[in-house]
Amino acid sequence: MSAELLALTAAQAGERVRARELSPGELFDAYRERAAADEHGSYLWVAEKAPDTPAGAPLGGVPVAVKDLFCVEGVPSSAGSRILEGYRPPYTATAVEKLVRAGAPVLGKTNQDEFAMGSSNENSGFGPVKNPWDPRRVPGGSSGGSAAAVAAGTAPWAIGTDTGGSIRQPAALCGLVGLKPTYGAVSRYGMIAFASSLDQCGPLTRDVTDSALLFRHLVGRDACDSTSLAFPEQVELPGSERLDGLRVGVWGLDEEGLDAGVAAVCRRAVDRIEELGGSPTEVQLPHAGHGLSAYYVIAPAEASANLARYDGVRYGPRSGDGDLLSLYEETRHDGFGDEVKRRVMLGTYALSSGYYEAYYGSAQKVRTLIADDFRAAFERVDLIVTPTSPTVAFKLGERTADPLAMYLSDYFTVPMPLAGLPAISIPCGLSDGLPVGLQLAGPAFGENRILDAAYALELALGFEGVPRGS
Amino acid sequence: MSATREFEPVIGIEIHVQLDTRTKMFCSCALGFGEQPNTRTCPVCLGHPGTLPTVNAEAVHYGLMIGLALGCDIAPRSIFHRKNYFYPDLPKGYQISQYDVPLARDGRLGDVRIHRVHLEEDAAKLVHAGSSGRIHGAEASVVDFNRGGTPLVEIVTEPDLRSAAEAAAFGRLLQATLRAMGVSDVNMEEGSLRMDANVSIRPAGSATLGTKTELKNMNSFRFLERGIDAELERQEAILADGGEVVQETLHFDPRSGAISSLRSKEEAHDYRYFPEPDLVPLAPTEKMLGRARAAIPELPAARAERLERDFALAPDNARLLAFRAGLGDLFERAADGADEARPLANWVVNEVPRALGGSEPSETSLEPAALARLVALVERRAISAAAAREVLAVLIAEGGDPQQIVERKGLSSAGGDELEQVVERALEQQADAVEKVRQGNRKAIGAIMGAVMRETEGRADGAEVQRMIRERIGV
Repeated sequence: MSAELLALTAAQAGERVRARELSPGELFDAYRERAAADEHGSYLWVAEKAPDTPAGAPLGGVPVAVKDLFCVEGVPSSAGSRILEGYRPPYTATAVEKLVRAGAPVLGKTNQDEFAMGSSNENSGFGPVKNPWDPRRVPGGSSGGSAAAVAAGTAPWAIGTDTGGSIRQPAALCGLVGLKPTYGAVSRYGMIAFASSLDQCGPLTRDVTDSALLFRHLVGRDACDSTSLAFPEQVELPGSERLDGLRVGVWGLDEEGLDAGVAAVCRRAVDRIEELGGSPTEVQLPHAGHGLSAYYVIAPAEASANLARYDGVRYGPRSGDGDLLSLYEETRHDGFGDEVKRRVMLGTYALSSGYYEAYYGSAQKVRTLIADDFRAAFERVDLIVTPTSPTVAFKLGERTADPLAMYLSDYFTVPMPLAGLPAISIPCGLSDGLPVGLQLAGPAFGENRILDAAYALELALGFEGVPRGS
Repeated sequence: MSATREFEPVIGIEIHVQLDTRTKMFCSCALGFGEQPNTRTCPVCLGHPGTLPTVNAEAVHYGLMIGLALGCDIAPRSIFHRKNYFYPDLPKGYQISQYDVPLARDGRLGDVRIHRVHLEEDAAKLVHAGSSGRIHGAEASVVDFNRGGTPLVEIVTEPDLRSAAEAAAFGRLLQATLRAMGVSDVNMEEGSLRMDANVSIRPAGSATLGTKTELKNMNSFRFLERGIDAELERQEAILADGGEVVQETLHFDPRSGAISSLRSKEEAHDYRYFPEPDLVPLAPTEKMLGRARAAIPELPAARAERLERDFALAPDNARLLAFRAGLGDLFERAADGADEARPLANWVVNEVPRALGGSEPSETSLEPAALARLVALVERRAISAAAAREVLAVLIAEGGDPQQIVERKGLSSAGGDELEQVVERALEQQADAVEKVRQGNRKAIGAIMGAVMRETEGRADGAEVQRMIRERIGV
């Protein structure tokens, strides 16, 4: 593949196809070859041949890498878990179907933390993913394969899912744009569930324009998902270069545990907001600091029920000696990894009779308080910016022995999904030669405003994100 | 059981009703009964990864009808919960049900208060190979997911019932009410109507509740009644011995009459209920409520009252006609324009069901107006009861006019001069019997009547013949 073709953003490549300067089959094959030769562990499956792309399709046949947990009919879809090894769904997720119809065929299935539980992609049942910026480091998670694929240029763009930061944090650690939409904006039908009240599908892309373009074709009410909603307006491609009059709340730059280098890069980005005509002010989110605690009750509680179906009865591998109890115990013992087992136990405990109010009940109250914090803040500001991750990409194995340290990776990203709000991470500079992400959050269905501001900032910051390794 | 009770039974009923909707509760599979196993399934009701439930609007409509018909308050926003437990007939590892905010609550049917009405999904069907008949110890178990996801409404009463007979009567009223609304097949043997009973006893006159046990899945009203009686006896014996009733779930075996424990309170599941995050709260609109209200027909309790009042029927007959809507409809159509409704009601309640076998009147050629004319012939003594039964059989099988059938078959009553001559001859032939009757042996009259009936080939009206014989003999 020519370096020139590779350098195109997805939107640019699509334009070339629509201008008939590039054939969609050629484009697909170029990426297919790169994906098949990937050395970062990004892919669990790569498509064999280019599908027919409908002529004039708005996405121009630019292939998309899809996180493994999206069901694609007849294609291995395991959510990164051994318990679904070899499982080929009889149907396709709504989000994937919409993209395919819009002209973005599936390039491959990307590696991920098992059932999206993790922040480093080290919890995959099929091996870790290496960060293209430094192969000794993690790409973040849980959508680590999608992030690494786009960062390494083996995919023009990708979709992932975000429950507590699983799009935004790997985007930050890999120097990409990652959008976690408003809860309900994108159908969850066919997304293998981790925590149903938090999971959302969104794009991981090289720039903000690609993010808006892919997002435009993901949104919409789906009769198969009762929690989905019609997006109230057209998703616009961003165009403004200024932030005049934009009131920006800044949160979390003084938090304990925030890496000094990351803080410094984020502060410079905040200065740029002011230069562009925006007015940054500090905002308080008094209960956001409790987000992690609430998250690690609610998400495991929902997961404990969502993962109950993996019992060896209807699909997937089966263990045991034929007795019912041993079928359950052995199948789940052999099929689930440690982190999944840990969270299923946490969630089961939190829902148990006598503990429900103390854990699940309290966590839901915290969730309401955090949503109230955001509501109050958005009466005074239009957007809130925070660091995406407290640190840059950490080394493989560095945090695997300490789940709590791993959980802290999501400190800044967890409050938004708890409140159902949209947020984007954009690269805002390097610290120690590794990308730093800045998070912009907005009110529900405020994606257009978020994307617009992110675009202006992206232009001003001029981040030239090319990982060393690629 | 003894007539004077030291203990008072306290009984509540839980009823599961399979709704007769076109599709399942949370997916678009058609309902399957008696189909090839696992042919009515889809990724959603098989619990495939990534699938999501969507609520069946028709099931909500039926649920609202039931809630309103039972006089309940409808929740402005009811919530679905997940009820978590592992079993092979439960593909998701949880059942979607309603928990602390059910669809409807605080209603009444007859004298019994309704605690709650909620929507949920049915489990799949397990079949165990091997002698145990249960999953433990079975050689193999197979699952048929056709039933999995069938819409269910669960109705829970307050503990207002005071005897097994009352419980069975309530069950019949509820069954008739649901049947009249057309929301379910309400067939207990096939499991579209399932009843569990919560049974406890307390010292007569006490206001506190004793420890209850739960009798599971009795598949007929007769078994329900026998099961409750057996359990009441068991509990009375325990208390009489100074023991304590243990809270547990019980199984009643109708063949042996034995009660056995399914699980004790300690073994009870912790279902870890929590709100189903895949579904939004169910908030019925005014339009939905109006549509449900409009769809409720006259219900059996009201119909019984009306029939009793408007047609001066005996309460038992009115109740029977109200509970069996097909008979009630036949009666009302036949009674329209008829001189007297009571004999007609007797015929519809007693003779018609016998002649129908198991069929509904509307499935036969029986015309309500023809039935009315037939009963009028009987009333005028133009034909005997036996002859009328023969005509009824013809009306059911092929229809027609009763008078013409009577003439064609020569069934008109023997009467007038002919009958008088026949009676005279019988009195002469049966002189011995006549003497016995004179001496006070009333039964001997049967021999004389028999002779008359033989000669008229059953065309004579029995009551009239008896009157004539008595007149002649002078008794």
